[in-house]
Amino acid sequence: MTDGQATTSLAQHVRAFDAGGEAVAAAFLGDQPALALADGVVRLGEPDDAKRIAVHPGAAILVTVCDGATLATGGDDGRVVAVGADGVARQIADEKGRWIDALALRGESVAWSAGKAVMARDEAGVVRTWAAPSSVRGLAFQPKGYRLAATHYNGATLWFPKVEGAPQTLEWKGAHLDATFSPDGRFLVTSMQENALHGWRLVDSRNMRMTGYPGKTRSLAWSHDGNWLATSGAEASVVWPFKDKDGPMGKAPRECGVREARVTRVAFHPRALVLAIGYADGMVLLCRLADAAEILVRRPGGGPVGALCWDARGARLLFGLESGEAGLLDLPG
Amino acid sequence: MSEAREGDKIPVTVLTGYLGAGKTTLLNRILSEPHGKRYAVVVNEFGEIGIDNELVVGADEEVFEMNNGCICCTVRGDLIRIIEGLMRRKGKFDAIIVETTGLADPAPVAQTFFVDEDVQKVARLDAVVTVADARWLAHRLRDAPEAKNQIAFADVIVINKIDLVSPAELREVEARIRAINPYATLHRAQNCDVALADVLERRAFDLDRILDIEPDFLVAEDHDHDHDHGHAHEHHGLKHYHDEDMQSVSIRLDGDVDPAKFMPWINRVTQEQGPNILRCKGIVAMKNDPKRFVFQGVHMMLDGDSQRAWRADEKRESKVVFIGRNLEEEAIRAGFLACAA
Repeated sequence: MTDGQATTSLAQHVRAFDAGGEAVAAAFLGDQPALALADGVVRLGEPDDAKRIAVHPGAAILVTVCDGATLATGGDDGRVVAVGADGVARQIADEKGRWIDALALRGESVAWSAGKAVMARDEAGVVRTWAAPSSVRGLAFQPKGYRLAATHYNGATLWFPKVEGAPQTLEWKGAHLDATFSPDGRFLVTSMQENALHGWRLVDSRNMRMTGYPGKTRSLAWSHDGNWLATSGAEASVVWPFKDKDGPMGKAPRECGVREARVTRVAFHPRALVLAIGYADGMVLLCRLADAAEILVRRPGGGPVGALCWDARGARLLFGLESGEAGLLDLPG
Repeated sequence: MSEAREGDKIPVTVLTGYLGAGKTTLLNRILSEPHGKRYAVVVNEFGEIGIDNELVVGADEEVFEMNNGCICCTVRGDLIRIIEGLMRRKGKFDAIIVETTGLADPAPVAQTFFVDEDVQKVARLDAVVTVADARWLAHRLRDAPEAKNQIAFADVIVINKIDLVSPAELREVEARIRAINPYATLHRAQNCDVALADVLERRAFDLDRILDIEPDFLVAEDHDHDHDHGHAHEHHGLKHYHDEDMQSVSIRLDGDVDPAKFMPWINRVTQEQGPNILRCKGIVAMKNDPKRFVFQGVHMMLDGDSQRAWRADEKRESKVVFIGRNLEEEAIRAGFLACAA
């Protein structure tokens, strides 16, 4: 396919709008689209009627996480704030100006980090802290149980906040950035400083190296069935197979949406093996994993896509660019 | 992060200097002058900055080795994270100043700007500025390898506290500095009272600015009138020292070099001796190339490009400079001269 020449296009079903600032994350809170902006603002609501919520006044949003009901943001003001579908911003934590570097959310539990300090708040509101060996860049809750993965230099650590005793360390040389568990909890995958992903099979801590990226992978998305992990960082979305017990070891990944522009954001459809891909040149595509068929959502132009998210039903796709341009796709029928 | 044009990239000044030399004094001076610029400041210890500056970020000086088979390839992991975070405030500041601890090696900071693609897209290293204590530097050069590194690495050296030394002692310390790094620009100061233009916006890592790499034996004449009036000729009669382990090697070759010989050679030298080479730069006349080839490097990392054309009135010659520890001078010299076209 050549740029902008997709035979199939959904571009006419996209409502373009101005987010009013650099979009750093997209989410749906219930049915309401939400965009987190770099300048500390969350826009919540339909494009023509979006509320402007100053969650980090005068500061910047550094990290976000959303579970479909709550959008949590961490700022360079040292605060962690949660916004719900009601549009009310509630402060979760204030680390006194220390930057919030990572966030994780699952159910009523939330975790955040500032430098080496990792904090986890359970459903009862009890906050426990753990000191990582070096600054933490990524946090993720394991799908089951109150267990948290934190990435740092030379590996990741699995921490049960409610359990006394030393956390389990998974070692791999290099600086680890984002963290994500496979939906079945069998694998932990991290993105790395060295343009690679690293994975551990948790049952035996076996290492998995996923390399060959020209750039850093900062967007990771699991398919609804948990069998595939889509990634950014190349001139296509590289999609790794995780169905087998060995995960992607010894298998070649698939490539979706091959173009001459770097993939910046990926989002798997919540019900089908269809991947939404945002590129550094502003293009947004849908790509079907089975046959790599592509559907155009947004033509190139305007700069990198910084935010991309499906709603829970998979009927709407929200995207935002660094330029502040944004769009909401309503899938027809 | 979108790709910024070179001129749009945020300049980053790295401020180094041994403990007590006066880094914080210089930083406070930069922040308090009415220059109309907005700085984001990365510091290691909060509380030392006496100026209200809304963008002060605490750093952890986390030095990471890169898994790329290059043993000296270290970066400042915290700086990568901080610059990524600062870009969320794009447009709200004009430049970044990174203050390192007194014992820090400037190399990982500098290499961060060569190695990390995301950092490279948005920021450019402007210069390494080292503050030296006129009274104590000579001692530190003997007992503190960190202090020697900071001098060897510097683009600009502020010799501070000159009011505490005699003119003879000052010349002595300048000669010691020159023995290690003949290429940095020197400025004499009391309480770090240098003009901001002398330390900021230097573009020392900009290939287009590598116009001349003649040793800068003349101390900038900004603050030394009272001290040295009537003795200016002594600048030229500078004492020559030879530092035992840190040297600079400068080699000139009349005429052109053969790129088929030069490129493998410069790559090999920086790969094999990279851990010992702190800085290198050069202007090279490539055979059959009307343009000057310029390069500069930090340890094993090299950055080079074709620059402007040689002028008709300009002699086509090639010159390379290395600053480093225990350099194999004769081998480097012979290797470069063998690249002649």
